[in-house]
Amino acid sequence: MTKYLTGALASLAAVLLASTAIAQTELTVYSAIEADDLEKYAARFNEDHPDITINWVRDSTGIVTAKLLAEKNNPVADVVWGLAATSLLVLKAEGMLEPYEPAGLDRLDPKFRDTDTPPAWVGMDAWAAAICFNTVEAEKHGLTAPTSWKDLADPQYRGHIVMPHPASSGTGFLDVSSWLQLFGEEEGWAYMDALHENIKEYQHSGSKPCRHAGAGESVIGISFEFRASRTKADGAPIDIIVPSEGIGWDMEATAIIAGTANEEAAKTLVDWSVSDKAMELYNEGYALVAVPSISRPVEHLPEDFASMLIDNDFEWAANNRSAILDEWTKRYDGKSEAQ
Amino acid sequence: MSGASVQTATALPPGRDTRLAVDRDGWIKRFFVIVIGLYLVGALALPLYAMLSKSFVTYSFDLSRYEVMRSDAEGNWGPARSLAAINDELGRFTPQDLASNVNGRLAPTEFFPDFSFRSPERWRIRGLDAESHYLVGLDLIRSDEWRELDSNTFRRVNLRPLPKTGMDNYSAYFSNPALFGSIGNSVTIAAISTVITLFLAFGFAYAINRTCMRFKSTFRMIAMMPILVPSLLPGIALVYMFGTQGYLTPLLMGHSIYGPIGIVIGSVFFTFPHAFLIISTALSIADQRQYEAAESLRASSWRTFWTVTIPGARYGLISAAFVTFTLVITDFGLPKVIGGQYNVLAVDIYKQVIGQQNFEMGAVVSVILLVPAVLAFVVDRIVTRRQVSLLSARSVPFQPRPDRKADRLWLLWCICVALFITSIIATCQAAALIRFWPYDLTPTLANYDFNRMDGGGWAAYWNSLQMAGWTAVVGTVIVFTGAYMVEKIDGFRSGRTLFQFLAMLPMAIPGMVLGLAYIFFFNDPANPANVIYGTMVILVVSTVTHFYTVGHLTALTALKQIDAEFEPVASSLRQPFWRLFGRVTVPVCLPTILDISIYMFVNAMTTVSAVVFLYSTKTALASVAVLNMDDAGTIAPAAAMGMMIFYTNAAARILHAMASRRIMRRTQAWRVR
Amino acid sequence: MTDRTPAAQPYLEIRNLWKAFGDFVALRDIDLDIHPGEFVCFLGPSGCGKTTLLRAIAGLDPQSRGTIRQGGKDISTLPASGRDYGIVFQSYALFPNLTVERNIAFGLENTGRPKAEIKARVAELLALVGLPEQGQKYPAQLSGGQQQRIALARAIAISPGLLLLDEPLSALDAKVRVHLRHEIKELQRKLGVTTIMVTHDQEEALSMADRIVVMNHGVIEQVGTPTEIYRHPATLFVADFIGETNHFDAQVQSGRVQMAGLDLAAVTGGHAPGSAVRVAIRPEDILPMASDAPEAENRLAAQVADMEFLGSYWRAHLKVGEVALVANFSMNAVRRFDIRSGAAQLVEIPAERVLVFRGASA
Repeated sequence: MTKYLTGALASLAAVLLASTAIAQTELTVYSAIEADDLEKYAARFNEDHPDITINWVRDSTGIVTAKLLAEKNNPVADVVWGLAATSLLVLKAEGMLEPYEPAGLDRLDPKFRDTDTPPAWVGMDAWAAAICFNTVEAEKHGLTAPTSWKDLADPQYRGHIVMPHPASSGTGFLDVSSWLQLFGEEEGWAYMDALHENIKEYQHSGSKPCRHAGAGESVIGISFEFRASRTKADGAPIDIIVPSEGIGWDMEATAIIAGTANEEAAKTLVDWSVSDKAMELYNEGYALVAVPSISRPVEHLPEDFASMLIDNDFEWAANNRSAILDEWTKRYDGKSEAQ
Repeated sequence: MSGASVQTATALPPGRDTRLAVDRDGWIKRFFVIVIGLYLVGALALPLYAMLSKSFVTYSFDLSRYEVMRSDAEGNWGPARSLAAINDELGRFTPQDLASNVNGRLAPTEFFPDFSFRSPERWRIRGLDAESHYLVGLDLIRSDEWRELDSNTFRRVNLRPLPKTGMDNYSAYFSNPALFGSIGNSVTIAAISTVITLFLAFGFAYAINRTCMRFKSTFRMIAMMPILVPSLLPGIALVYMFGTQGYLTPLLMGHSIYGPIGIVIGSVFFTFPHAFLIISTALSIADQRQYEAAESLRASSWRTFWTVTIPGARYGLISAAFVTFTLVITDFGLPKVIGGQYNVLAVDIYKQVIGQQNFEMGAVVSVILLVPAVLAFVVDRIVTRRQVSLLSARSVPFQPRPDRKADRLWLLWCICVALFITSIIATCQAAALIRFWPYDLTPTLANYDFNRMDGGGWAAYWNSLQMAGWTAVVGTVIVFTGAYMVEKIDGFRSGRTLFQFLAMLPMAIPGMVLGLAYIFFFNDPANPANVIYGTMVILVVSTVTHFYTVGHLTALTALKQIDAEFEPVASSLRQPFWRLFGRVTVPVCLPTILDISIYMFVNAMTTVSAVVFLYSTKTALASVAVLNMDDAGTIAPAAAMGMMIFYTNAAARILHAMASRRIMRRTQAWRVR
Repeated sequence: MTDRTPAAQPYLEIRNLWKAFGDFVALRDIDLDIHPGEFVCFLGPSGCGKTTLLRAIAGLDPQSRGTIRQGGKDISTLPASGRDYGIVFQSYALFPNLTVERNIAFGLENTGRPKAEIKARVAELLALVGLPEQGQKYPAQLSGGQQQRIALARAIAISPGLLLLDEPLSALDAKVRVHLRHEIKELQRKLGVTTIMVTHDQEEALSMADRIVVMNHGVIEQVGTPTEIYRHPATLFVADFIGETNHFDAQVQSGRVQMAGLDLAAVTGGHAPGSAVRVAIRPEDILPMASDAPEAENRLAAQVADMEFLGSYWRAHLKVGEVALVANFSMNAVRRFDIRSGAAQLVEIPAERVLVFRGASA
């Protein structure tokens, strides 16, 4: 009798083990999603797909991109979830992305997907430039609030503005590329020359300028809207300003890394990443998501936010990224010390 | 017996020198020397070689490898022409113009001045081989087939640069003032910091070794505190002290802490203990007799100071100067946090690699950073060798005499330095506990909620503990075993010399350089060791290697103090060496072994430079988290994480002191001599 | 070699042994036989090569050329662990963290011997070296002399065929040294183990050795029993190094040596008449005579210039005409002949005690 029982238990255990073995697919997911949201994203995904474990590799946009490029011949990542589209375009140009058409692709705003069919990447949400303006410090220094990009070149702000370094920060790059698109190349560089005179520091990440301004270390931080609304919510005395000329933006997007060993699980994740539930998740932080019908305004952000986005030419930005950064570095990196 | 003709020098008869057969012990020791030597080759020499060769990889557009055909509006095709031929004809680009980096793009429309994307002409393009890739829009084409495009699509074609080897990266470096300007910045900062640190540390060490000042042990403890924290922590404290909202900002009289001033103050903080230790050792070996002689000659104390004290400590001062200089010039964390727009070499490497994904230029900056580091290392080695001979001279130890007025002045000096050190740590602690400086000063533990921040959360802290633990254990075993084998092996001269060289090399390699070299070497799919890439193993390997030299030297010193006759006795007793090693050498050296392991542990907790290129999210580290949290602007949590490292290292130090004291007490019976 | 031909096969045979350190030749063409059970001392000033020779025998620093055979077996290229010897160093080299017992047992453990046997053997050895109660102590708790006995016990524990002693007594106080000399010699005799001791102390060598190998500048100057070496030094160096001498340049005349102011009868066997020689006379070979003693050969009238009291004897500085001589007179002799500073004294130098060596210019 006991013999039977042990036999039964053993086979039961074997079945259980086998099923957990199948269940525990591990996906290595590279991401630049803000750290404060990382756990939330994984948890929501696991509500629907408890059988897939996400191993996050998170860093700022520039670093994740550098990491992916460095690993080009020896990819570690299975999926990229939440990386700037401009970065994904660079990866695509390296032939690193596996095209895949997720379920429900047709619901997406055409701007939010790769133009190829099947697309190499699909969008999640847009993040856009925003200015964090510390009202307390502004009052101390007698500064008026800027309303446009051009205002920032006003000499009254000399030494009060911080912005992200375009080489290391995706936000920094979208600022620079949007100015070049808004004002044209020549005028764009002239604008940056003038702005450079007012810049206190080019910072490593897109978040830091807003937190910097929020903490009163500077008055104006050129950052992006998600960080701006969070910083305000954390209690920083800032106003969020959307410049009148329009704002540069980029989208967070998802893609499968070519050659992944976990293709099924990767596809499952990409499918989920464009589902309504995912879009609602993105919308908790970002005003504009890839499925237009789901976008709702976010607290602390102006209602007409979506209309302020410029018509961004991502292909141009991706293919000119290297040239723009070269030019930018020549003009502003280190030159500031020569004064 | 008539051997009296002593002076008739007969030379050695021709023939080969007798060589002893190698016994089992000899083979085993050779095996270990070779294995640990190979470890150093794989973990140091080969990565450095990979980096060096990477710095010579350049990218440029090879026009001769692309052909283009053009049709008129009616569809009549012209001849296929190489872009190189067209360029020669037009004189459009010089070879310098065609130099690029890995991310470069070149539109072939540049070769057709009359090109219009509205034109009804059609175009064909092909690379001459599959390597000559190009982009249509964002699609990478790797094929030597002709591809036909309309004008509007042809506008979107971009050539990609191809790799070759050459010096171009170096000429690019030196023709870019933003880049090579950093050399001057780095040297300036390092020189100024060195002078200030030496000045402060000499006074401090003098007070502790040569006066009857009170509270010496307390001061000694405070002087060691900076070793327990990452070098970027003072940067964070300085923001709170001297930043725009700093509580001491008026002291700067309008100057900004972000830049050279901040780097120098922070560098003085984190290099202080290193300089202090070296100078203190030099001052502790003074000879009483020299001072008595000076006194009997009625020399003024000022004259005595310059003619006896300073020359006696000169090797210590020189050595301290070079160590400090190297630490500052290779440090990355501090200028990253507080450097503002002031570019220095170590940060340039990071920016080139992380920001611009220009690994080749990162490698070039690394090679340039190697120069001052290697120079400083060589000088330091020469000086250290001289000092050893000074040490071995028999002398009467110096006994300071009380002098109430002078002792009080020295006390004041030490209090100032101690205040500087403790205020930086205290500021960080305060920052970690304040909700939102400067607007909301309520105390909170929210900044310790790392899981809500960039940098890897609490997992990063546990990873760091794990990494430091492994480094302490594995590092100590490798370092001590290697030192024993190389010190106690018979014969095998060439192997020993090579091993000693490899063991000294890490000291000359800045952490940033090592980290970057590891990317090139271990992330190469052709390298079978690439399985460790992105794991805890590579972090432990890089950290053990980075801190190998000091551990090796410490172990050698201890081993040299052991009677060299033990090995002959053991082999005459026909006992294998490992019995001697296990029963005698290790127990006798246990205090030293503990010293090496605590050194490894503390440094593994605080290091940023090597691992910043090598961690993955699964293996994020506390020290890197401090950096990343600061990057993201979450500076209070960065301070909190820095303090976690401080508590941990302080606790480890206390445990180490307790363990050492216990061992000493237990073994006192046989240590009295 | 002027060695005696031994009856038995030598235990250790060294042939054509050379050792060079770079350009410096430390040992030149050494030939040496050591017989079973013998106690041999390598004696010479520092740098003479004696330790180098010992280390070559031990396999610690191999010779450059030449062969070493031990017990008939060629051990020239065997590593130390493959040879059969026990060794005692000047530094004792006791393992500081092991008790005396464990030190002695170190070579016995790990050989498959039962524990009880090891314990018994250690006790036996401790008794043998006269420290039966000290087994539980650590080396640092013992005196230098005691530590050296433990080192000796450890070396002989494994019953080696050859015992090597590298200046074992140099680090000890004079009194302890004299005492330990006897004990070591006794022990060696009891065990019958072939022993080589390196020393620079002639007294130690004379009192302990069966035979002494005198070395200088990397060559063997003389091999012989202590009395042979002392009474019949083969070279001026040996005469000078062992004991003291007065020495002079001289010329050989048939059966006599002539020097400035002196003309002595001597045994001039190997030296051709007229050849230049060096003459050495030991201070104790200058014998005081009663002033009324009958006329005999080599009687000299000396003037006592000065007297030094050296405890067990007196040292007299004599003048024979212009020639200065140093002589050792016993207490008894000084009393009997009433030798005083400033007095005249008749002395005799027996002809067979006038040592004649080849001259430097020859």
